[in-house]
Amino acid sequence: MTFEFFTRLVDGQPELSLLIWASALIVVMYIARQQAHQIILVMVRSVRNALRIMAQSVMYAEKQLRNRNREVLLAQGQEHAERFIEREFQRVEALVNRDLSGYPSLQRDLQEQITRIDEDYAQSGEVPPKPPEWLKAIDSVAKIPDNGSSVVGKILNDIHKTLKKSLDKSMQEYRRANRDRHNLLKKMMPYWRSLTSSLYTVEKKITGLEQRSIIIDGQMQSYEDIRKQTAYAERLLSSSSMTQFFVSGLALVLAFVGMYVNFQLVALPMEEMVGASSYLGSSSIRASDVAALFIISVEVILGLFLMESVGITRLFPIINLLEDHKRRIIFWIMLSFLFIFAGIEASLAYMRDMLAADREALSQLLSGAEVSEPALRWIPSVGQMVMGFTLPFVLAFVAIPLESFIHSFRTVSGLFGVWLLHMLVVFIRFLANVINGLGKTLVSAYDLLIFIPLKVEASFMQKQSTPVVKTTTTEKAAKTEKSEAIEKVEKVEKDETQ
Amino acid sequence: MKRIFFSLSVSVVILLTVLAGCSDTRSKRAVYVLVDTSGTYSQQFDKVQGVMRYMLGTLLPGESLALARIDSGSFSEQDIVARMTFDLRPSMANAQKRAFLESIDSFGSSITPSKYTDITGGILQAIEYLNETRATDKYILIFSDLKEEIKQGQVRDFPINFNGTRVVAINVTKLNSDNVDPREYQARLEDWSVRVEQGNGSWKLINDLNRLDSIWE
Repeated sequence: MTFEFFTRLVDGQPELSLLIWASALIVVMYIARQQAHQIILVMVRSVRNALRIMAQSVMYAEKQLRNRNREVLLAQGQEHAERFIEREFQRVEALVNRDLSGYPSLQRDLQEQITRIDEDYAQSGEVPPKPPEWLKAIDSVAKIPDNGSSVVGKILNDIHKTLKKSLDKSMQEYRRANRDRHNLLKKMMPYWRSLTSSLYTVEKKITGLEQRSIIIDGQMQSYEDIRKQTAYAERLLSSSSMTQFFVSGLALVLAFVGMYVNFQLVALPMEEMVGASSYLGSSSIRASDVAALFIISVEVILGLFLMESVGITRLFPIINLLEDHKRRIIFWIMLSFLFIFAGIEASLAYMRDMLAADREALSQLLSGAEVSEPALRWIPSVGQMVMGFTLPFVLAFVAIPLESFIHSFRTVSGLFGVWLLHMLVVFIRFLANVINGLGKTLVSAYDLLIFIPLKVEASFMQKQSTPVVKTTTTEKAAKTEKSEAIEKVEKVEKDETQ
Repeated sequence: MKRIFFSLSVSVVILLTVLAGCSDTRSKRAVYVLVDTSGTYSQQFDKVQGVMRYMLGTLLPGESLALARIDSGSFSEQDIVARMTFDLRPSMANAQKRAFLESIDSFGSSITPSKYTDITGGILQAIEYLNETRATDKYILIFSDLKEEIKQGQVRDFPINFNGTRVVAINVTKLNSDNVDPREYQARLEDWSVRVEQGNGSWKLINDLNRLDSIWE
């Protein structure tokens, strides 16, 4: 059926033909108005319901992912806190072993110092000798009157002299005793100082332990928060994960730059070993590049195992669960391998320099220029060798940011997934609303196409109805009918949702 | 622990061995340079040397290069001055290139002008060599005025299967007769172009030696 078919209804009058067709269509549409409205609204409702169910499913998935993220985050945080506390306890143990292991000897020293001070103090407390008891008797005898007797006088005079002599002696003895006491007290001074110093040392050690205990207390508090799964702990861990993600990502980027430099040092000499024009299969990947990358990857893996065996990283639980002496063996094996690879890289770097020089000489020869040996050529050679030797050890430390990145990536990717699902829910809901609005617009547009019969119907109804009803306009009648249909559908929807 | 040590060593050795045996070259070039030594062209060898130096500087390890003369009977191994497939190791390849350069120089100093110019014979020899190299991209560089003069009795008027070889005519000099009637020069070029393209080859003319990189295009 072409357009011409519709214009041929009345010969020679296409406009009239089209008008007849349009009128017929409007009449048909008017007759089928209710059914058409229902079809449109049912279709819209179906799509909207499907979208709502989809949105609910995505919301459920978002919720699940959020919970899973929370679990992972808290588990990681808990593990991290445990490790931190464990390390702190190890430090405390080291402190105790280092500082307090000498405590018995310190105590002995203190005891000795105190004993000496005590002895000196006891000695310094000795009372000076008292005058002899017989002095009283002599004093009584000396008070006897001589009655003019020269003998008695002489005796009394002798007694007096004896008494005086004895007093002088006692005085001298007293002074000597006092001097000795002062000397003893003077001797106590260094012991006091030593005692003060010893106690100060003890105080310092105790303070160090106290500071450690404060840190442990703080960590224990956050550990408790994590165990209780508080929102604060979750927020803290989430923020910490983001920071870790970016910091470790930056460190990894720098490590990749280092790997690229390493690759440049190794790739050219590798051509000597595996051939310069060999490719992997039909790809454009050069075999020498793969070999160079393999060497670098092995170095990184060795570094991973090395860090694992020392206990710095915990990427491989099997290694962590090994006994200490086995881990020590792994450490030495990995370190030996790293040394071997560092040596290989240093020699490859030297070979690279030789090859580059050879290539340069050839290109000079081919260009017809005189081949000359550049001055101080040994400096870049040595530099490359040193770089070749040190880079494997530097790359060994990639394990640390790698571990942080892997752990934080889990959290960050989870958060990103949640955000993505949330955005999907928003989009689906928006789409559902748009489709709903589209349905209503379609219904209105349908009525717009058949507004003439609707007007006629409204006028007819106005004439047929009661005076009260007659006052209503035709538009209102049409609107009421449409809104009733919509309300009916919405009611059904509500019921379904409930 | 011994197992770890052993497995690491073995994996390193295995990978290097596998990669060393991985000699699947993705694109491999082989270039056969034909130099006209007839009286009219033998003075142009300095230009040949320049192009050969460019070739030696451009070709990679694993690729092939040959230099041959066009004389009275060029379909002969004896006309090949030097041929080499460069070693996969860059250091060895560089040494080979130096040796090749010496061969070119010694050839340049001992050129004796030939009486005839058997270009077709040289091309046949070149195709044979290039097919043997199993290169993916095959080139024949011809330094000649492209005027073929063959001995009486030699049969050269037959179609040649170039097998995808790219024929590049470099520095095609104009003869005195071309100056009289330039159409002769154009006809010579046209004849060779048609002959190469009909034989499943491609034809290119480079007279500007500063545009040598267009050989590979």
